[in-house]
Amino acid sequence: MTDVADRVLSIRDLRVVAPNGSVLVDGISLDLRRGEVLGLIGESGAGKSTIGLAAMGYGRGGCRISGGQITLTGTELRQSGKATREAMRGVHIAYVAQSAAAAFDPSMRLDRQIIEAPVQHGVMTATEARAWMLELFRALQLPNPETFGLRYPHQVSGGQLQRAMMAMAMSAKPDVLVLDEPTTALDVTTQIEVLALLRDTMRRYGTSALYITHDLAVVAQIADRLMVLRHGKEVETGTTGEVLQAPTAEYTRRLVAERAGSLRPSHGSHKASEETLLSLDGVSAGYSGLRILNEVSLSLQRGETLAVVGESGSGKSTLARLVAGLLSPASGRVTFAGRALEGSYRKRGIADLKAIQMIYQLPDVALNPRQTVGETISRPLSFYRGLKGTALQAELHRLLSLIGLPDEFAERLPDALSGGQKQRVCIARALAAEPDLLICDEVTSALDPLIAEDILNLLRRLQDELGITYLFITHDLSVVRRLAERTVVMQKGRIVEDRPTAELFQTPQAAYTRTLLESVPELRQDWLDDIMARRAR
Amino acid sequence: MAGPDRQLTLTSWIGLALIAFNLVIFLAGPLLAPYGQEETMGAPFAAPSAEHLLGLDQNGRDMLSRMLYGAQLSIGVSLLAVGLSFSIGVPLGVVAAIRGGATDIVMSRIVDAIMSVPVLISALVVLQALGSSLPVLIITIGLLDSTRVFRLSRILAQGINAMEYAEVARLRGEGLVWMIRKEILPNAMPPLVAEFGLRFCFTFLFVAGLSYLGLGVQPPFADWGGMVRDNQQGILYGLYAPLFPAAAIALLTIGVNLVVDWLLAGRTNVQGENR
Repeated sequence: MTDVADRVLSIRDLRVVAPNGSVLVDGISLDLRRGEVLGLIGESGAGKSTIGLAAMGYGRGGCRISGGQITLTGTELRQSGKATREAMRGVHIAYVAQSAAAAFDPSMRLDRQIIEAPVQHGVMTATEARAWMLELFRALQLPNPETFGLRYPHQVSGGQLQRAMMAMAMSAKPDVLVLDEPTTALDVTTQIEVLALLRDTMRRYGTSALYITHDLAVVAQIADRLMVLRHGKEVETGTTGEVLQAPTAEYTRRLVAERAGSLRPSHGSHKASEETLLSLDGVSAGYSGLRILNEVSLSLQRGETLAVVGESGSGKSTLARLVAGLLSPASGRVTFAGRALEGSYRKRGIADLKAIQMIYQLPDVALNPRQTVGETISRPLSFYRGLKGTALQAELHRLLSLIGLPDEFAERLPDALSGGQKQRVCIARALAAEPDLLICDEVTSALDPLIAEDILNLLRRLQDELGITYLFITHDLSVVRRLAERTVVMQKGRIVEDRPTAELFQTPQAAYTRTLLESVPELRQDWLDDIMARRAR
Repeated sequence: MAGPDRQLTLTSWIGLALIAFNLVIFLAGPLLAPYGQEETMGAPFAAPSAEHLLGLDQNGRDMLSRMLYGAQLSIGVSLLAVGLSFSIGVPLGVVAAIRGGATDIVMSRIVDAIMSVPVLISALVVLQALGSSLPVLIITIGLLDSTRVFRLSRILAQGINAMEYAEVARLRGEGLVWMIRKEILPNAMPPLVAEFGLRFCFTFLFVAGLSYLGLGVQPPFADWGGMVRDNQQGILYGLYAPLFPAAAIALLTIGVNLVVDWLLAGRTNVQGENR
C-alpha cells in the first residue's frame, strides 16, 4: 500500500448531484501519489470533469458535492471553509481546460495572467514568479521565452497558447494538476508535441495529475494508472498496461476494441463506377481577398468515398462549402454529373440542390429545435419529391427504420434526442432528398467514440444499399482508414497527395502526409517515446 | 411559451393576478363602474367615502368610475400601438436579416435615422401638426416604436439565420416565406414575446406621459395618464386623488414586468452556446 504521507490527493466515496437532483458522480474513490498521473477515461456524461473539479472542492453550474471526503495534501476540503478551499486552489491544485482561448483574458498580456496566481496567493514575489515563469516557458519550449510573455493571447498559436495555459496552471508550483482534455482541441501534429512537453515538464517537477480525456491512445502515453468511468460510476481501475492489455469490464473491452479496430484499414466497398460524378479543375476560392483554396483539382467517381484530410486551416471545410454552393470559386471549373455546376446555391437548379446534400459536425445546431423529427425529415420529401399523405408517412417510416430509430421518434423534438440520434436524423434528412453526393463535414468529430463508430457503420451500410457517393471531410485519420477508398491530403489550401487510402497509409509520398500519419496516437504505451526518439534523430 | 416543467413562482403569481385584474377592468370596466364618467357627483377633491370609494376628482366626478372607463382607452391604445409596431417591425427586421446586402443597409439606415430623434420629440411634433386623435396617436406611437422592434428582430434573425439548420433550409432551396415562418420565427419567439411585454409597458407609460402633456387622449374621455395631470393640484393640498390613477399605471406595469421576467427565466442563454 502507498504511504499516507505520499498521497497528495485522496478522494473517498465522492458523490456529486446536479441542481435537478440527478446524481452525476457516485461512490468514486481514488488516490494520487506524488508524481503520479491518473487518467480518467469515459464518454461525455461519464462524470470525468465533475470529478476533476470536485478534486478542487468545486461544483460547476450549481452542482453540489453531497457526500464523501476529498483530502488534498492533508487538508479535508469539504470540512474546511470556503476561504481555505480558495487559498488552496492555484497553490496546491490547478486546472487546465480544453479551450486555452477561453481560459485567458484576451485584453491582458500573458505574463501578467501567468504570475497572477503565485503573487495573489503570496507564495512568491513578482520577481520570483517571473523567474519561475521563464523556467516554465523554457521547459515547455515556447519560442523566445524572454519576450513570449509580452504578447497577448491572440498573438500566439493554438498550441503555444495551450502550453502557456499549462505554464499558468503550474505558476504557483501546485502539487496536483487537473488536466481536462488539454490536447483535444489541437491538431494531431501539434497534439503530440504538447503531450510530450507536458509529460516531461510534469516529470521534471514531480507534479501529479488527473488527466481527463475520451481518447484512450492519448492517455496511454501519459498516465500511470487509468480509471474507466461510465454514467458517474467507476467501471474499472488499474495500471495503464493492465487496462489496455487485459481489460476486465465489458465496457472497457469495447472501448479498447474500438480504438484498436480503428487502426485496421478498410477493405472498401469497391462499388465505384467509371462515371465521374464530381470534378474540380484548378479551383481557387477564398473570403474577402484571402485565398484559402489554391488550384485544387480532384475528381470523384459515382459510388466512391473520397476522404479529404488535413489540419485546421488546410481548406478542407472550405472545399466542402464550395461544393455545397455556399462559396463561389474565384477561378477554375466545377463539373457535376457531366454538367457545369453554378458557384452559388442561389443560382443552382432544384435538381442540383437535391443531388448534393450535406451533413454537419454539430447535430445540435443542424436541427431546428422547434421542428419534430418527423417534420424535419418530411420537408425534403414533400419539397423535392412532392410526397403527400400516406406516401409521405410510409417514406418517413422507411427512412426512420433505415437509420435505426423507432417510428415514435417522429413526434420528438431534437431536445429529446441524444447526440448520436440527432446525427442519425440529420443523415435521414439528407437521404430524404435521394442525393447523388453526400458531403460529410467532420460528422463524427463531436460524438463519443462508440457512438461515432455506430454512425460510421450506418454510413457504410447506406452506401452499400443505396450507392451514394461520399465526400468525407475529416481531420481524424482513423475514420479515413475505415471508410474511404481514396484519400486527398490537403495542406494550406493545396492538395499534397491524392491516392487510394490503403496505398497512402502504407507508402506516404509527401513529407506532410508522413508527419500526419505518424502523429495519430497508437494504443501502446511506448508510442510517444518512439516517435519523439525518431524525431530527435 | 412556458415549457411544461416551468414552475409558477410567487412573483409570477402576483404578476399574473395583476394582469388578470387589469384584463377584467379592460373588458368590463364601464359595466362595473357605479357612475358615469362625466357625471358630477359633488365637491371637487372630495375624500373617499362609502359611496365614492376613491373619492371625487378635480371636477367632482367619481374617481373609481373614471378609472374603470379610462382602462379601455389607456390599455387599448397601448395594445393597438404595440400590435402595430410588431406587425411592422418583425417582418421587416427578419427580411432585412435574411436578404442582407443592400436591402438590409437601406432599411437599417432609415431606422437609424428615425431613431436618432428622441421618440418623445418626434411624437410631439407629429401630434402637434396633425392634432391628437386616437388613430393618429396609435399610428404615430406604433410607427415610432416599430424601429425598436425592427432592430431586435433583425439581430435575432441574423443569429438564427447563421445556424446550420437555417443553412440546410437555404441549401434546400426554400423561399422567403418558409424561412421566416418555419425556421426563424419559431426560434425567435421567446425573446419577441418578452419584448412585447416590455414594449407594452413602455408604450403604456408613453401614452400616459403624452396624455399628461395634453397631447394624448383628449377630454372628456378618461385615461389614467390624463387623470394624473388633471388631479395634480391635489398633491399640493395633500389629497389622494392623483395617486389612484398613478398607482393603477404602476401596478399594471409591474405586473407585466413580473410575468416577462418569469417567462425569460432560464432562457437567458447566449446565442450559439452549444457551438
